[in-house]
Amino acid sequence: MTTENTNVQTADKAVIKIEKMNKWYGQFHVLRDINLNVKQGERIVICGPSGSGKSTLIRCVNRLEEHQDGLIEVNGTELSGDLKNIEAIRRDVGMCFQHFNLFPHLTVLENCTLAPIWVRKTPRKEAEATAMEYLERVKIPDQANKYPGQLSGGQQQRVAIARSLCMNPQIMLFDEPTSALDPEMIKEVLDVMIELASTGMTMICVTHEMGFARTVADRVIFMDEGQIIEENEPEEFFNNPKSERTQKFLSQILSH
Amino acid sequence: MSKAIAYIRTDEAPSLPPPSSQVGWRKWLWDNMFSSMANFGSIGASIRSILIIALTAMLLYFGITVTWSLINFAFIDAVWSDPDTLKRGICATVPQGGVAEGPVGACWPFIEAKGKLIIYGRYPEAELWRVNALFIALAVGILWLVWENAPLRRYASTLMLTVFPLAAFILLTGGDVHWGQGTWTTMIVLTAIFLGGGLLAARNLLGEVMFALSGFFMVFGIFVTAMLIAMFVTSLDFGLPHVETANWGGLLVTLVVAITGIVASLPLGIALALGRQSQLPLIRYLSIGFIEFWRGVPLISVLFMSSVMLPLFLPEGVEFDKLLRALIGVALFSAAYMAEVVRGGLQAIPKGQYEGAMALGLSFPQMTRLIVLPQALKIVIPGIVNTFIGLFKDTTLVLIIGLFDLLGAIQLTYTDAAWSTPVTSPTGYLVAAAMFWAFCFSMSRYSQHLERKLDTGHKR
Repeated sequence: MTTENTNVQTADKAVIKIEKMNKWYGQFHVLRDINLNVKQGERIVICGPSGSGKSTLIRCVNRLEEHQDGLIEVNGTELSGDLKNIEAIRRDVGMCFQHFNLFPHLTVLENCTLAPIWVRKTPRKEAEATAMEYLERVKIPDQANKYPGQLSGGQQQRVAIARSLCMNPQIMLFDEPTSALDPEMIKEVLDVMIELASTGMTMICVTHEMGFARTVADRVIFMDEGQIIEENEPEEFFNNPKSERTQKFLSQILSH
Repeated sequence: MSKAIAYIRTDEAPSLPPPSSQVGWRKWLWDNMFSSMANFGSIGASIRSILIIALTAMLLYFGITVTWSLINFAFIDAVWSDPDTLKRGICATVPQGGVAEGPVGACWPFIEAKGKLIIYGRYPEAELWRVNALFIALAVGILWLVWENAPLRRYASTLMLTVFPLAAFILLTGGDVHWGQGTWTTMIVLTAIFLGGGLLAARNLLGEVMFALSGFFMVFGIFVTAMLIAMFVTSLDFGLPHVETANWGGLLVTLVVAITGIVASLPLGIALALGRQSQLPLIRYLSIGFIEFWRGVPLISVLFMSSVMLPLFLPEGVEFDKLLRALIGVALFSAAYMAEVVRGGLQAIPKGQYEGAMALGLSFPQMTRLIVLPQALKIVIPGIVNTFIGLFKDTTLVLIIGLFDLLGAIQLTYTDAAWSTPVTSPTGYLVAAAMFWAFCFSMSRYSQHLERKLDTGHKR
């Protein structure tokens, strides 16, 4: 992958910059004073109890949710109400969802080529070739002409990853990609994500897969009640959590 | 102390066919007729079984007798030809002053004699080829649209929505319309404003507000440009004699009203449904107001208003064709219904579909066109076709403003004393019912076929 070369050159540049960001749902203060910088090629895992705002946080990065206060900058472009900026950022930021959100009326291949053809204006032939390449990478090229409804959950999530990659994004967001899957399918999705991480993709993953966090993450972020509570390298984070809330959370999810 | 609970299967349990009582006609009979006999020990179940059998027998009896009398009327007792042009005599019994002995069924020579009136109304004899040409073009066009492996099929819908309506208009009316100075000026100015403004605004030359509205301007601009082109084409003189719409009638009027209504109501309905969900309050409230107004008034009063009240509001000397007014009324009326059907589909699309599309960088129009509408419309195919069928049958209401559609034309034939017999009107109504049924049933079948074809979501 060519991205690896560019990584070395721009390794120190923050591709995502979040400063003093706040968000409310009505009266409810969901995200409080969020500060986060993500460098190019960095892999970040966000964990925390449900309702802690971790999904909301990454959904703010591609403006699926609007923040009301503070600054979010992606690739040097500030996220504001400006539709052009939002669309530009969404082109470069891929996202995978808990429930895949594949388009059921299109085949797997069409799911993958839709955005490149309409958004990037790639010629159909070229888009299909790229799509097949990525479907091969997620190990389901033989399902290309099936509809999402004919695939298993794990296969659907891999298609969703391939679909995002077809847009050649610089950043990938994962919103609990394995939470809706049966245990035997989680591994096939995590394998794809680990492979992706090895190519130097900038990734932010909201996940409860602590094994994945240990092997892949450069940094683990723990959130609770809309705030970032603790942030550390995975080794330190898991072996030596500083805050009491982190210790409690870890003891709960790692107890069995 | 403890008993061994370990168990290991040593032989594979064979996979067997179901018992014979669970397959074929025996299962069908059991499930549909005698299932309550499973518990014959109870008196209630016995009575229920007997009742079901009795009811089945009764329904069979009525079904068969009704079908039989219909076949009897339409075919066996029917009069098929009138070689000596006796007219009413051939279909009347001897006591009624005719020549038929015994009971008389349908009077087919009557339909044959009145065929032209039923199909074309009072369209001039010499110009009937124009209507026939149109019917043939329509049939070919519909086949082209419906037949999936037809050659050049992707051009079919474009041609049927652009060239066909213009050709139909020119063929039926004769073209050579004098639109008048005022109309030309208005349309040219509108085109200049919306198309020109839209093009400039899209290049961000007219400021932020206009840039945001450029999409709206472009859509409207393309619409008025299309209108202008249509005006130009219809103003050409093709040398066809002008035929007043007052002379149109029968199946021709039914098809003109129904097809215009169907073709206009779907895009309008989609636009209104999207408008009703718009973030912009102005567009939302306009859509809601429009939908609720048209849904709130009966079609009959819409037609009455269009023919009686509308002329009062128009300036002196401006005249609107009666058929055109009915067309507009029917189209707007069904668009309101269509909008609510489509809205049902839009609401069934999960939020995740919008998020998936947005996360890929699709713009709002792209998302609507490529992701939301294809799924929403597929879900509501039954509702859409239901509205179409309702619209097709509602066309008979144009009778009350003096337009003679299929049913109106058939009723008109009853006034001919030369054919007055007791079987004349039943024959006419039978023909009307059969023709309406044929059209509506085809639509229903096609919709079911479409549903099956487009069902990709849940195949496992």
